[in-house]
Amino acid sequence: MSPAGLRDATAIVGIAQTPFAKHLDPPEIELACQVIVDACADAGIDPREIGALCSYTMEATEEVDIVRNIGCGDITFFSQVGYGGGAGCGVVGQAAMAVATGQAEVAVAWRSRKRGSGPRPWTNTSVQLRVPGQWTRPYGLLRPVDEIGLLTRRYMHEYGATRDHLANVAIAVRKHANRNPEAMMYDRPMTRDDYMQSRWISEPLCLFDNCLETDGALACVITSADRAKDLRHPPAYVHAFAQGLPPEHQTMVNYFNDDPLTGPAWACARRLWANADFGPEDVDVAQLYDAFSPLILLSLEGYGFCKRGEAPGFTENGNLEWGTGSLPVNTSGGGMSEAYVHGFNLITEGVKQMRGTSTAQVEGAETCLVTSGEGVPTSALLLRR
Amino acid sequence: MSNAAAFSGGYVANRGPSVEGFLLPATDEESIGFFEAARRGELVVQACTACGRLRHPPRPMCPTCRSTEREWRPVAPTGKVWSYVIPHPPLLEPYSSVAPYNVIVVELDENPLIRFVGNLVEDVDAPLDSVDPHGIGIGEPVECVFRTFTRPDGSTESLPFWVRRSG
Ligand SMILES: [Zn+2]
Repeated sequence: MSPAGLRDATAIVGIAQTPFAKHLDPPEIELACQVIVDACADAGIDPREIGALCSYTMEATEEVDIVRNIGCGDITFFSQVGYGGGAGCGVVGQAAMAVATGQAEVAVAWRSRKRGSGPRPWTNTSVQLRVPGQWTRPYGLLRPVDEIGLLTRRYMHEYGATRDHLANVAIAVRKHANRNPEAMMYDRPMTRDDYMQSRWISEPLCLFDNCLETDGALACVITSADRAKDLRHPPAYVHAFAQGLPPEHQTMVNYFNDDPLTGPAWACARRLWANADFGPEDVDVAQLYDAFSPLILLSLEGYGFCKRGEAPGFTENGNLEWGTGSLPVNTSGGGMSEAYVHGFNLITEGVKQMRGTSTAQVEGAETCLVTSGEGVPTSALLLRR
Repeated sequence: MSNAAAFSGGYVANRGPSVEGFLLPATDEESIGFFEAARRGELVVQACTACGRLRHPPRPMCPTCRSTEREWRPVAPTGKVWSYVIPHPPLLEPYSSVAPYNVIVVELDENPLIRFVGNLVEDVDAPLDSVDPHGIGIGEPVECVFRTFTRPDGSTESLPFWVRRSG
Protein backbone atom coordinates (compact mmCIF):
# COMPACT_ATOMS: atom_id res chain seq x y z
CA MET A 1 0.00 0.00 0.00
CA SER A 2 1.28 3.43 -0.92
CA PRO A 3 1.42 6.31 1.57
CA ALA A 4 -1.87 8.08 2.23
CA GLY A 5 -0.91 11.06 0.06
CA LEU A 6 -3.96 12.50 -1.58
CA ARG A 7 -6.34 9.80 -0.43
CA ASP A 8 -9.60 11.40 0.75
CA ALA A 9 -7.68 14.53 1.77
CA THR A 10 -9.84 16.77 -0.41
CA ALA A 11 -13.33 16.83 -1.83
CA ILE A 12 -15.28 18.39 -4.65
CA VAL A 13 -17.78 20.58 -2.84
CA GLY A 14 -19.27 22.80 -5.53
CA ILE A 15 -20.25 22.25 -9.16
CA ALA A 16 -21.93 24.33 -11.84
CA GLN A 17 -22.67 24.24 -15.53
CA THR A 18 -24.15 26.48 -18.22
CA PRO A 19 -26.89 25.24 -20.49
CA PHE A 20 -25.49 22.94 -23.19
CA ALA A 21 -26.35 23.96 -26.76
CA LYS A 22 -25.10 24.05 -30.31
CA HIS A 23 -24.78 27.79 -29.82
CA LEU A 24 -24.61 30.03 -26.77
CA ASP A 25 -24.37 33.79 -27.21
CA PRO A 26 -21.99 34.82 -24.39
CA PRO A 27 -18.23 34.63 -25.04
CA GLU A 28 -16.21 31.86 -23.41
CA ILE A 29 -14.82 34.18 -20.71
CA GLU A 30 -18.32 35.16 -19.61
CA LEU A 31 -19.43 31.52 -19.50
CA ALA A 32 -16.31 30.61 -17.51
CA CYS A 33 -16.77 33.38 -14.95
CA GLN A 34 -20.44 32.54 -14.52
CA VAL A 35 -19.87 28.83 -13.85
CA ILE A 36 -17.01 29.53 -11.44
CA VAL A 37 -19.13 31.96 -9.45
CA ASP A 38 -22.06 29.52 -9.57
CA ALA A 39 -19.88 26.62 -8.43
CA CYS A 40 -18.68 28.71 -5.48
CA ALA A 41 -22.28 29.54 -4.62
CA ASP A 42 -23.15 25.85 -4.86
CA ALA A 43 -20.40 25.14 -2.33
CA GLY A 44 -21.24 28.13 -0.14
CA ILE A 45 -17.75 29.57 -0.57
CA ASP A 46 -17.00 33.19 -1.52
CA PRO A 47 -14.97 33.48 -4.76
CA ARG A 48 -12.52 35.68 -2.83
CA GLU A 49 -11.40 32.56 -0.99
CA ILE A 50 -10.15 30.87 -4.18
CA GLY A 51 -6.41 30.32 -3.99
CA ALA A 52 -5.81 27.95 -6.91
CA LEU A 53 -6.99 27.98 -10.51
CA CYS A 54 -6.54 24.95 -12.76
CA SER A 55 -7.52 24.44 -16.37
CA TYR A 56 -6.61 22.83 -19.70
CA THR A 57 -3.79 24.05 -21.92
CA MET A 58 -6.50 24.20 -24.58
CA GLU A 59 -8.60 26.48 -22.36
CA ALA A 60 -9.05 29.86 -24.04
CA THR A 61 -9.89 31.73 -20.84
CA GLU A 62 -6.86 32.68 -18.76
CA GLU A 63 -6.32 32.95 -15.04
CA VAL A 64 -5.68 36.71 -15.15
CA ASP A 65 -9.00 37.28 -16.87
CA ILE A 66 -10.89 35.00 -14.49
CA VAL A 67 -9.36 36.79 -11.50
CA ARG A 68 -10.09 40.32 -12.65
CA ASN A 69 -13.67 39.39 -13.51
CA ILE A 70 -14.83 37.34 -10.55
CA GLY A 71 -13.00 39.33 -7.90
CA CYS A 72 -10.46 36.92 -6.48
CA GLY A 73 -7.88 37.72 -3.84
CA ASP A 74 -4.35 36.31 -4.15
CA ILE A 75 -4.02 33.25 -6.36
CA THR A 76 -1.09 31.17 -5.12
CA PHE A 77 -1.29 28.13 -7.39
CA PHE A 78 -2.22 27.85 -11.06
CA SER A 79 -1.59 25.07 -13.53
CA GLN A 80 -2.75 23.84 -16.89
CA VAL A 81 -2.85 20.26 -18.08
CA GLY A 82 -2.17 19.32 -21.68
CA TYR A 83 -3.50 16.92 -24.29
CA GLY A 84 -7.06 18.11 -24.86
CA GLY A 85 -9.60 15.62 -23.64
CA GLY A 86 -6.96 13.79 -21.63
CA ALA A 87 -6.67 16.75 -19.28
CA GLY A 88 -9.99 16.93 -17.39
CA CYS A 89 -9.35 14.67 -14.42
CA GLY A 90 -5.76 15.92 -14.35
CA VAL A 91 -7.01 19.47 -13.91
CA VAL A 92 -9.17 18.47 -10.95
CA GLY A 93 -6.45 16.18 -9.58
CA GLN A 94 -3.85 18.95 -9.67
CA ALA A 95 -6.31 21.28 -7.96
CA ALA A 96 -6.78 18.63 -5.27
CA MET A 97 -3.01 18.29 -4.91
CA ALA A 98 -2.70 22.04 -4.48
CA VAL A 99 -5.18 21.93 -1.61
CA ALA A 100 -3.75 18.77 -0.06
CA THR A 101 -0.23 20.20 -0.04
CA GLY A 102 -1.25 23.52 1.43
CA GLN A 103 -0.66 25.69 -1.64
CA ALA A 104 -4.25 26.89 -1.45
CA GLU A 105 -7.32 26.31 0.70
CA VAL A 106 -9.86 26.51 -2.09
CA ALA A 107 -9.21 25.51 -5.69
CA VAL A 108 -11.31 25.87 -8.80
CA ALA A 109 -11.08 23.81 -12.00
CA TRP A 110 -13.02 24.75 -15.11
CA ARG A 111 -13.54 24.29 -18.83
CA SER A 112 -15.33 26.75 -21.08
CA ARG A 113 -15.59 25.94 -24.74
CA LYS A 114 -17.63 27.06 -27.71
CA ARG A 115 -16.92 23.99 -29.77
CA GLY A 116 -20.49 23.87 -31.06
CA SER A 117 -20.40 27.23 -32.81
CA GLY A 118 -16.62 27.62 -33.18
CA PRO A 119 -14.34 26.19 -35.87
CA ARG A 120 -13.44 22.52 -35.99
CA PRO A 121 -9.83 22.32 -34.78
CA TRP A 122 -8.79 19.86 -37.52
CA THR A 123 -9.54 22.39 -40.26
CA ASN A 124 -6.51 24.43 -39.19
CA THR A 125 -3.91 22.47 -41.14
CA SER A 126 -1.09 24.95 -40.65
CA VAL A 127 -0.59 23.75 -37.08
CA GLN A 128 -1.18 20.07 -37.78
CA LEU A 129 1.53 19.05 -40.23
CA ARG A 130 4.40 18.66 -37.80
CA VAL A 131 5.29 15.56 -35.78
CA PRO A 132 3.39 13.27 -36.02
CA GLY A 133 1.05 15.01 -38.49
CA GLN A 134 3.60 15.02 -41.28
CA TRP A 135 3.40 11.21 -41.28
CA THR A 136 -0.41 11.04 -41.33
CA ARG A 137 -2.21 14.17 -42.58
CA PRO A 138 -1.05 14.06 -46.22
CA TYR A 139 -2.88 10.73 -46.60
CA GLY A 140 -6.20 12.24 -45.61
CA LEU A 141 -6.07 11.12 -41.98
CA LEU A 142 -7.41 14.52 -41.05
CA ARG A 143 -9.79 14.35 -38.11
CA PRO A 144 -9.75 12.79 -34.65
CA VAL A 145 -12.50 10.41 -35.81
CA ASP A 146 -10.26 9.12 -38.63
CA GLU A 147 -7.39 8.57 -36.21
CA ILE A 148 -9.51 6.65 -33.71
CA GLY A 149 -11.33 4.81 -36.52
CA LEU A 150 -8.01 3.34 -37.63
CA LEU A 151 -7.33 2.04 -34.12
CA THR A 152 -10.92 0.80 -33.83
CA ARG A 153 -10.66 -1.30 -37.00
CA ARG A 154 -7.59 -3.01 -35.59
CA TYR A 155 -9.39 -3.53 -32.28
CA MET A 156 -12.33 -5.17 -34.08
CA HIS A 157 -9.94 -7.38 -36.05
CA GLU A 158 -7.99 -8.57 -33.01
CA TYR A 159 -10.91 -9.16 -30.66
CA GLY A 160 -13.85 -9.91 -32.93
CA ALA A 161 -15.75 -6.80 -31.86
CA THR A 162 -18.58 -5.71 -34.14
CA ARG A 163 -20.66 -2.60 -34.74
CA ASP A 164 -23.23 -4.10 -32.39
CA HIS A 165 -20.80 -3.65 -29.52
CA LEU A 166 -20.21 -0.01 -30.43
CA ALA A 167 -23.99 0.38 -30.65
CA ASN A 168 -24.34 -1.08 -27.13
CA VAL A 169 -22.20 1.79 -25.89
CA ALA A 170 -23.98 4.50 -27.89
CA ILE A 171 -27.44 3.25 -26.92
CA ALA A 172 -26.57 3.00 -23.21
CA VAL A 173 -25.39 6.58 -22.97
CA ARG A 174 -28.32 7.81 -25.06
CA LYS A 175 -30.77 6.14 -22.70
CA HIS A 176 -29.12 7.99 -19.84
CA ALA A 177 -29.38 11.28 -21.70
CA ASN A 178 -33.08 10.60 -22.22
CA ARG A 179 -33.45 10.81 -18.42
CA ASN A 180 -31.47 14.05 -18.13
CA PRO A 181 -33.35 17.25 -19.06
CA GLU A 182 -30.05 19.16 -19.31
CA ALA A 183 -28.73 16.79 -21.99
CA MET A 184 -28.65 17.93 -25.62
CA MET A 185 -30.17 14.56 -26.62
CA TYR A 186 -32.77 14.51 -23.81
CA ASP A 187 -35.75 14.25 -26.16
CA ARG A 188 -34.00 12.20 -28.86
CA PRO A 189 -34.34 8.45 -28.21
CA MET A 190 -32.16 6.18 -30.37
CA THR A 191 -32.89 2.63 -31.46
CA ARG A 192 -30.39 0.07 -32.74
CA ASP A 193 -31.88 0.63 -36.19
CA ASP A 194 -31.27 4.38 -35.88
CA TYR A 195 -27.67 3.60 -35.02
CA MET A 196 -27.13 1.10 -37.85
CA GLN A 197 -28.69 3.38 -40.45
CA SER A 198 -26.91 6.59 -39.48
CA ARG A 199 -24.37 7.96 -41.92
CA TRP A 200 -20.72 7.04 -41.87
CA ILE A 201 -18.21 9.55 -40.59
CA SER A 202 -15.14 7.36 -40.83
CA GLU A 203 -15.81 3.64 -41.24
CA PRO A 204 -16.07 1.72 -38.95
CA LEU A 205 -17.39 4.74 -37.02
CA CYS A 206 -20.80 6.25 -37.80
CA LEU A 207 -22.39 9.49 -36.69
CA PHE A 208 -23.59 8.03 -33.39
CA ASP A 209 -20.11 6.81 -32.44
CA ASN A 210 -19.10 10.46 -32.20
CA CYS A 211 -19.45 12.99 -29.44
CA LEU A 212 -21.64 16.06 -29.79
CA GLU A 213 -20.51 19.54 -30.76
CA THR A 214 -21.38 21.77 -27.83
CA ASP A 215 -21.12 25.29 -26.47
CA GLY A 216 -20.90 25.13 -22.70
CA ALA A 217 -18.86 25.59 -19.56
CA LEU A 218 -18.48 23.79 -16.25
CA ALA A 219 -16.57 24.32 -13.04
CA CYS A 220 -15.97 22.61 -9.76
CA VAL A 221 -14.66 23.74 -6.39
CA ILE A 222 -12.23 21.65 -4.35
CA THR A 223 -11.34 22.13 -0.70
CA SER A 224 -9.99 20.11 2.21
CA ALA A 225 -11.94 17.17 3.59
CA ASP A 226 -12.09 18.94 6.97
CA ARG A 227 -13.78 21.98 5.55
CA ALA A 228 -15.95 19.94 3.20
CA LYS A 229 -17.81 18.39 6.14
CA ASP A 230 -19.36 21.75 7.03
CA LEU A 231 -20.49 22.81 3.56
CA ARG A 232 -23.85 22.64 1.82
CA HIS A 233 -23.62 19.33 -0.05
CA PRO A 234 -22.35 15.87 0.78
CA PRO A 235 -18.66 15.94 -0.20
CA ALA A 236 -17.43 13.95 -3.18
CA TYR A 237 -14.05 12.92 -1.82
CA VAL A 238 -11.11 12.68 -4.20
CA HIS A 239 -10.06 9.21 -3.14
CA ALA A 240 -7.32 8.77 -5.75
CA PHE A 241 -5.99 10.51 -8.79
CA ALA A 242 -3.52 9.64 -11.54
CA GLN A 243 -2.26 10.75 -14.89
CA GLY A 244 -1.01 8.33 -17.54
CA LEU A 245 1.49 8.49 -20.39
CA PRO A 246 2.73 5.05 -21.50
CA PRO A 247 6.03 4.28 -23.28
CA GLU A 248 6.51 5.66 -26.79
CA HIS A 249 2.93 6.86 -27.03
CA GLN A 250 1.90 9.14 -29.90
CA THR A 251 -1.09 11.37 -29.23
CA MET A 252 -4.18 10.26 -31.17
CA VAL A 253 -2.11 8.26 -33.69
CA ASN A 254 -0.79 5.58 -31.38
CA TYR A 255 0.07 3.16 -34.17
CA PHE A 256 3.82 3.15 -33.80
CA ASN A 257 4.66 1.45 -30.52
CA ASP A 258 4.81 -2.23 -29.61
CA ASP A 259 1.23 -2.58 -28.45
CA PRO A 260 -1.08 0.17 -29.71
CA LEU A 261 -4.23 -1.34 -28.16
CA THR A 262 -2.99 -0.79 -24.62
CA GLY A 263 -2.94 2.96 -24.36
CA PRO A 264 -2.68 5.65 -21.70
CA ALA A 265 -5.56 4.18 -19.66
CA TRP A 266 -3.34 1.27 -18.70
CA ALA A 267 -0.55 3.52 -17.40
CA CYS A 268 -3.04 5.72 -15.56
CA ALA A 269 -4.88 2.75 -14.04
CA ARG A 270 -1.73 1.20 -12.59
CA ARG A 271 -1.04 4.31 -10.50
CA LEU A 272 -4.70 4.98 -9.72
CA TRP A 273 -5.40 1.56 -8.23
CA ALA A 274 -2.05 1.53 -6.41
CA ASN A 275 -3.17 4.73 -4.68
CA ALA A 276 -6.66 3.49 -3.82
CA ASP A 277 -8.12 1.43 -0.98
CA PHE A 278 -10.38 -0.42 -3.39
CA GLY A 279 -10.33 -1.88 -6.88
CA PRO A 280 -12.41 -1.89 -10.05
CA GLU A 281 -14.78 -4.51 -8.64
CA ASP A 282 -15.82 -1.97 -5.98
CA VAL A 283 -16.73 0.80 -8.43
CA ASP A 284 -20.49 1.44 -8.38
CA VAL A 285 -20.73 3.76 -11.39
CA ALA A 286 -18.27 5.04 -13.99
CA GLN A 287 -17.97 8.11 -16.19
CA LEU A 288 -15.68 7.08 -19.05
CA TYR A 289 -14.43 9.59 -21.58
CA ASP A 290 -16.40 9.15 -24.76
CA ALA A 291 -15.34 11.44 -27.57
CA PHE A 292 -15.87 8.22 -29.55
CA SER A 293 -17.68 5.03 -28.52
CA PRO A 294 -14.63 2.72 -28.90
CA LEU A 295 -12.76 4.74 -26.26
CA ILE A 296 -15.18 3.29 -23.71
CA LEU A 297 -14.20 -0.25 -24.76
CA LEU A 298 -10.52 0.58 -24.36
CA SER A 299 -11.15 2.23 -20.99
CA LEU A 300 -13.16 -0.72 -19.65
CA GLU A 301 -10.10 -2.88 -20.34
CA GLY A 302 -7.49 -0.35 -19.31
CA TYR A 303 -9.06 0.35 -15.92
CA GLY A 304 -9.52 -3.35 -15.25
CA PHE A 305 -13.29 -3.88 -15.41
CA CYS A 306 -12.60 -6.76 -17.76
CA LYS A 307 -9.60 -8.39 -19.39
CA ARG A 308 -8.04 -7.28 -22.60
CA GLY A 309 -10.33 -8.00 -25.55
CA GLU A 310 -13.30 -8.69 -23.28
CA ALA A 311 -14.89 -5.24 -23.37
CA PRO A 312 -17.16 -6.07 -26.33
CA GLY A 313 -18.76 -8.88 -24.31
CA PHE A 314 -18.87 -6.63 -21.24
CA THR A 315 -21.23 -4.24 -23.11
CA GLU A 316 -23.81 -6.94 -23.76
CA ASN A 317 -27.22 -7.42 -22.09
CA GLY A 318 -27.44 -3.77 -21.04
CA ASN A 319 -24.44 -4.14 -18.76
CA LEU A 320 -23.50 -0.45 -19.11
CA GLU A 321 -27.04 0.77 -18.54
CA TRP A 322 -28.67 2.26 -15.48
CA GLY A 323 -31.17 -0.11 -13.89
CA THR A 324 -29.85 -3.29 -15.54
CA GLY A 325 -26.09 -3.14 -15.74
CA SER A 326 -23.34 -4.17 -13.38
CA LEU A 327 -21.51 -0.94 -14.32
CA PRO A 328 -23.72 1.98 -15.38
CA VAL A 329 -21.54 4.24 -17.54
CA ASN A 330 -21.92 7.92 -18.35
CA THR A 331 -25.14 8.35 -16.42
CA SER A 332 -25.75 11.91 -17.64
CA GLY A 333 -25.39 10.90 -21.29
CA GLY A 334 -21.68 11.75 -21.41
CA GLY A 335 -19.92 13.37 -24.33
CA MET A 336 -21.94 11.46 -26.90
CA SER A 337 -25.40 12.37 -25.66
CA GLU A 338 -25.31 15.04 -22.92
CA ALA A 339 -22.64 17.51 -24.05
CA TYR A 340 -19.07 17.44 -25.25
CA VAL A 341 -17.09 19.87 -23.13
CA HIS A 342 -13.81 17.97 -23.18
CA GLY A 343 -15.10 15.53 -20.60
CA PHE A 344 -15.71 18.01 -17.81
CA ASN A 345 -19.39 17.04 -17.58
CA LEU A 346 -18.22 13.51 -16.71
CA ILE A 347 -16.56 14.95 -13.59
CA THR A 348 -19.60 16.91 -12.45
CA GLU A 349 -21.82 13.87 -13.12
CA GLY A 350 -19.51 11.82 -10.91
CA VAL A 351 -20.05 14.40 -8.16
CA LYS A 352 -23.83 14.23 -8.65
CA GLN A 353 -23.71 10.43 -8.25
CA MET A 354 -21.82 10.85 -4.97
CA ARG A 355 -24.39 13.43 -3.81
CA GLY A 356 -27.27 11.17 -4.85
CA THR A 357 -28.71 13.73 -7.27
CA SER A 358 -28.07 12.23 -10.73
CA THR A 359 -31.05 11.84 -13.08
CA ALA A 360 -29.86 8.23 -13.44
CA GLN A 361 -28.90 7.83 -9.82
CA VAL A 362 -27.31 4.50 -9.00
CA GLU A 363 -28.96 3.38 -5.79
CA GLY A 364 -26.55 3.61 -2.89
CA ALA A 365 -23.57 4.50 -5.08
CA GLU A 366 -20.53 5.10 -2.90
CA THR A 367 -17.73 5.08 -5.47
CA CYS A 368 -17.34 6.52 -8.95
CA LEU A 369 -14.49 6.29 -11.47
CA VAL A 370 -14.15 9.26 -13.81
CA THR A 371 -11.71 9.06 -16.71
CA SER A 372 -10.38 11.46 -19.30
CA GLY A 373 -9.50 10.86 -22.93
CA GLU A 374 -8.09 7.52 -24.03
CA GLY A 375 -5.82 7.75 -27.08
CA VAL A 376 -4.06 10.77 -25.58
CA PRO A 377 -2.01 11.24 -22.40
CA THR A 378 -4.79 10.93 -19.88
CA SER A 379 -5.93 11.13 -16.26
CA ALA A 380 -8.55 9.67 -13.94
CA LEU A 381 -10.23 10.32 -10.59
CA LEU A 382 -11.71 7.96 -8.08
CA LEU A 383 -14.49 9.70 -6.18
CA ARG A 384 -16.19 8.36 -3.09
CA ARG A 385 -18.89 9.69 -0.84
CA MET B 1 19.79 24.80 -35.62
CA SER B 2 19.48 22.04 -33.06
CA ASN B 3 17.13 19.11 -33.19
CA ALA B 4 15.52 20.36 -30.01
CA ALA B 5 14.43 23.45 -31.89
CA ALA B 6 12.96 21.29 -34.63
CA PHE B 7 10.89 19.40 -32.09
CA SER B 8 9.70 22.50 -30.31
CA GLY B 9 8.45 23.74 -33.65
CA GLY B 10 11.38 26.11 -34.08
CA TYR B 11 12.33 24.83 -37.49
CA VAL B 12 9.63 23.39 -39.67
CA ALA B 13 9.54 23.71 -43.43
CA ASN B 14 5.86 23.86 -44.26
CA ARG B 15 5.97 24.93 -47.85
CA GLY B 16 2.29 24.41 -48.38
CA PRO B 17 0.07 21.94 -50.21
CA SER B 18 0.43 20.47 -53.68
CA VAL B 19 -0.98 22.05 -56.84
CA GLU B 20 -4.08 19.91 -56.33
CA GLY B 21 -4.33 21.00 -52.70
CA PHE B 22 -3.14 17.78 -51.04
CA LEU B 23 -1.40 18.37 -47.73
CA LEU B 24 2.33 17.72 -47.81
CA PRO B 25 4.65 17.01 -44.90
CA ALA B 26 6.02 19.92 -42.91
CA THR B 27 9.49 18.43 -42.83
CA ASP B 28 11.90 19.13 -40.00
CA GLU B 29 15.55 18.40 -39.39
CA GLU B 30 14.66 14.99 -38.05
CA SER B 31 12.54 13.87 -41.02
CA ILE B 32 14.21 15.58 -43.96
CA GLY B 33 16.48 12.58 -44.65
CA PHE B 34 13.46 10.33 -45.04
CA PHE B 35 11.95 12.56 -47.68
CA GLU B 36 15.28 12.96 -49.48
CA ALA B 37 15.48 9.17 -49.73
CA ALA B 38 11.86 9.06 -50.89
CA ARG B 39 12.83 11.42 -53.72
CA ARG B 40 15.37 8.78 -54.81
CA GLY B 41 12.69 6.07 -54.57
CA GLU B 42 14.17 4.52 -51.46
CA LEU B 43 12.27 3.57 -48.29
CA VAL B 44 14.41 4.23 -45.25
CA VAL B 45 13.86 3.95 -41.51
CA GLN B 46 15.82 5.70 -38.81
CA ALA B 47 18.22 3.34 -37.03
CA CYS B 48 20.21 3.70 -33.83
CA THR B 49 23.83 3.12 -34.80
CA ALA B 50 24.71 2.23 -31.21
CA CYS B 51 22.25 -0.62 -30.57
CA GLY B 52 20.81 -1.12 -34.05
CA ARG B 53 17.18 -0.55 -33.13
CA LEU B 54 14.91 0.81 -35.88
CA ARG B 55 12.42 3.53 -34.93
CA HIS B 56 9.62 5.40 -36.63
CA PRO B 57 8.61 8.21 -36.57
CA PRO B 58 12.19 9.47 -36.31
CA ARG B 59 13.47 11.26 -33.21
CA PRO B 60 16.83 12.44 -31.88
CA MET B 61 17.38 9.81 -29.16
CA CYS B 62 17.06 6.03 -29.04
CA PRO B 63 14.58 5.18 -26.25
CA THR B 64 16.29 1.81 -25.78
CA CYS B 65 19.94 2.81 -25.30
CA ARG B 66 19.68 6.67 -25.20
CA SER B 67 22.25 7.13 -27.94
CA THR B 68 21.79 10.09 -30.25
CA GLU B 69 23.88 8.43 -32.98
CA ARG B 70 21.50 7.69 -35.83
CA GLU B 71 21.35 7.00 -39.54
CA TRP B 72 18.89 6.22 -42.31
CA ARG B 73 18.78 2.55 -43.15
CA PRO B 74 17.15 1.21 -46.33
CA VAL B 75 14.46 -1.38 -45.66
CA ALA B 76 12.60 -3.82 -47.93
CA PRO B 77 9.64 -1.80 -49.23
CA THR B 78 7.07 -4.49 -48.52
CA GLY B 79 4.59 -5.01 -45.74
CA LYS B 80 1.08 -5.96 -44.70
CA VAL B 81 -2.04 -3.96 -43.96
CA TRP B 82 -2.22 -3.59 -40.16
CA SER B 83 -5.44 -1.59 -40.14
CA TYR B 84 -7.49 0.77 -42.32
CA VAL B 85 -10.17 3.41 -42.05
CA ILE B 86 -12.56 4.88 -44.61
CA PRO B 87 -13.16 8.62 -44.14
CA HIS B 88 -16.39 10.18 -45.38
CA PRO B 89 -17.20 13.92 -45.57
CA PRO B 90 -17.10 16.47 -44.06
CA LEU B 91 -13.42 16.64 -44.99
CA LEU B 92 -11.08 19.23 -46.41
CA GLU B 93 -10.83 19.70 -50.16
CA PRO B 94 -9.48 17.97 -52.19
CA TYR B 95 -9.87 14.94 -49.92
CA SER B 96 -13.65 15.32 -49.79
CA SER B 97 -13.89 15.07 -53.59
CA VAL B 98 -12.32 11.59 -53.55
CA ALA B 99 -14.11 10.38 -50.41
CA PRO B 100 -14.80 7.73 -49.37
CA TYR B 101 -11.15 6.69 -49.68
CA ASN B 102 -8.91 4.51 -47.55
CA VAL B 103 -6.15 5.31 -45.10
CA ILE B 104 -4.09 2.29 -44.10
CA VAL B 105 -1.42 1.45 -41.58
CA VAL B 106 1.26 -0.85 -42.98
CA GLU B 107 3.56 -2.99 -40.86
CA LEU B 108 6.86 -3.71 -42.60
CA ASP B 109 7.74 -7.33 -43.41
CA GLU B 110 11.30 -6.67 -42.32
CA ASN B 111 10.20 -5.42 -38.88
CA PRO B 112 6.46 -5.49 -38.09
CA LEU B 113 6.96 -2.99 -35.25
CA ILE B 114 7.81 -0.36 -37.86
CA ARG B 115 4.52 0.95 -39.21
CA PHE B 116 3.62 3.62 -41.75
CA VAL B 117 0.38 5.44 -42.37
CA GLY B 118 -0.47 5.65 -46.08
CA ASN B 119 -3.02 5.05 -48.82
CA LEU B 120 -3.63 1.86 -50.80
CA VAL B 121 -3.95 2.83 -54.47
CA GLU B 122 -4.29 1.01 -57.79
CA ASP B 123 -0.96 2.30 -59.10
CA VAL B 124 1.53 5.02 -58.34
CA ASP B 125 -0.51 7.83 -59.88
CA ALA B 126 -4.03 6.53 -59.27
CA PRO B 127 -6.40 8.61 -57.12
CA LEU B 128 -7.07 7.91 -53.45
CA ASP B 129 -10.39 6.27 -54.30
CA SER B 130 -8.93 3.96 -56.98
CA VAL B 131 -9.18 0.90 -54.74
CA ASP B 132 -12.57 -0.24 -53.44
CA PRO B 133 -12.08 0.45 -49.73
CA HIS B 134 -14.48 -2.32 -48.76
CA GLY B 135 -12.24 -4.88 -50.45
CA ILE B 136 -9.28 -4.16 -48.22
CA GLY B 137 -8.31 -6.83 -45.72
CA ILE B 138 -6.08 -6.69 -42.69
CA GLY B 139 -2.98 -8.77 -43.43
CA GLU B 140 -3.03 -8.03 -47.18
CA PRO B 141 0.48 -7.84 -48.66
CA VAL B 142 1.41 -4.45 -50.09
CA GLU B 143 4.45 -2.75 -51.49
CA CYS B 144 5.70 0.78 -51.48
CA VAL B 145 5.70 3.13 -54.47
CA PHE B 146 6.71 6.78 -54.38
CA ARG B 147 4.31 9.44 -55.58
CA THR B 148 5.72 12.85 -56.38
CA PHE B 149 3.65 15.95 -55.70
CA THR B 150 4.41 19.41 -57.10
CA ARG B 151 3.71 22.64 -55.28
CA PRO B 152 2.55 25.81 -57.03
CA ASP B 153 6.13 27.17 -56.71
CA GLY B 154 7.48 24.17 -58.64
CA SER B 155 9.08 22.44 -55.65
CA THR B 156 8.31 18.75 -55.22
CA GLU B 157 7.81 16.23 -52.44
CA SER B 158 7.84 12.44 -52.73
CA LEU B 159 5.74 10.33 -50.38
CA PRO B 160 5.41 6.57 -49.92
CA PHE B 161 2.12 5.15 -51.22
CA TRP B 162 1.15 1.48 -51.25
CA VAL B 163 -0.06 -0.92 -53.94
CA ARG B 164 -1.20 -4.51 -53.71
CA ARG B 165 1.46 -7.20 -53.98
CA SER B 166 0.60 -10.72 -55.08
CA GLY B 167 1.37 -13.47 -52.57
ZN1 LIG C 1 19.86 2.43 -29.35
